[in-house]
Amino acid sequence: MTPTRIAMPDEIRAGQPFEVKTLITHPMETGRRPDPLGNPIPQNLITRFTCRLDGILAFEAALDTGVAANPYIAFLVSAERSGTLEFEWHGQHGFNVRETRAIRVV
Amino acid sequence: MTSVSLAGMLWPPLGVLGEGADWPPKRSLAQERSGFEFQSADTQALQLDDFANPGLLWVDRGKALWEKPSATDAPSCEGCHESAASSMAGAATRYPRHDAAAGGLINLTQRINRCRTEQQRQPELGYESYAMLALTALVAHQSKGLPFAVRIDGRNRPHFERGRAYFQQRRGQMNLACRHCHEQHAGRMMRGERLSQGHSNGYPTYRLEWQGLGSLHRRLRFCNQAIRAEPFDYGSAEYLDLELFLAWRAADLPIETPAVRR
Repeated sequence: MTPTRIAMPDEIRAGQPFEVKTLITHPMETGRRPDPLGNPIPQNLITRFTCRLDGILAFEAALDTGVAANPYIAFLVSAERSGTLEFEWHGQHGFNVRETRAIRVV
Repeated sequence: MTSVSLAGMLWPPLGVLGEGADWPPKRSLAQERSGFEFQSADTQALQLDDFANPGLLWVDRGKALWEKPSATDAPSCEGCHESAASSMAGAATRYPRHDAAAGGLINLTQRINRCRTEQQRQPELGYESYAMLALTALVAHQSKGLPFAVRIDGRNRPHFERGRAYFQQRRGQMNLACRHCHEQHAGRMMRGERLSQGHSNGYPTYRLEWQGLGSLHRRLRFCNQAIRAEPFDYGSAEYLDLELFLAWRAADLPIETPAVRR
């Protein structure tokens, strides 16, 4: 289980942008660091983050070596009606985490 | 272990610990200031953000472990203690404390491990393992905003005295004592780093340098290495004594777990 934190407003107004905040546990190893014995630590990165609203891409980010461990990604989304946000973190070594959250438009 | 016997030689023998002019002990700082105050505005903002504080990832994980059924037929943490939010409030303020079974001090991490081996009949968790840090962070987080309330008298007194002596004792190739950096020169720059007063009120702490959560003992090991002294083991008697002294020394400060530091 990879811990994630996702926060957004409980109630959303139609068409009004709202902030979505996400946080995930991940080492984001650059592949350029040695371990204490001098051996290189293999690269291990989240490379892509997507947020879909009812299957339609709403936000996408490409992550690389410059992003610190436990990436924090915040962005704005707007929705016309209630639906489901689907978050996906995709990374090296088969890393794939999916979370969904219902949004309620009032 | 060589380091233990060596350290034993450095400390004052128990005979000198009688009632003296320095008991009850007085704090040597004019005013205690949390390590928080020595951080940049960005780092402070990260700690105060109830969502983005990355230490909360460990607290969340700890909560999941707390509720997770035990692998044996023994109860989960929740099975005995119910919600951590109610039953563990203030628990972290009382550690380290004397423990008859251990014959000395134990800290919160070791207390959790005790529950795990004796009540849940599960193997011990590694002191600095992800799960151990997560559970310690969860329990300590329930004392956020409360001051430490450790006992330094009675059976704890010799431990307190040894911890206090440790703080004053020069060590390592740099020949520095804790007090040199964290009392005499607190607030001043050491190259790119601002020296804090070295308080223990935010542990386990998320350090940006570690890119993860770490225990107080990990920080003490780092401190020892920085002055080129031999670090003691995680959970060692030396660090437990020092932990007790530090908790007493930070008693006017609220617990911040999980704190964020550079």
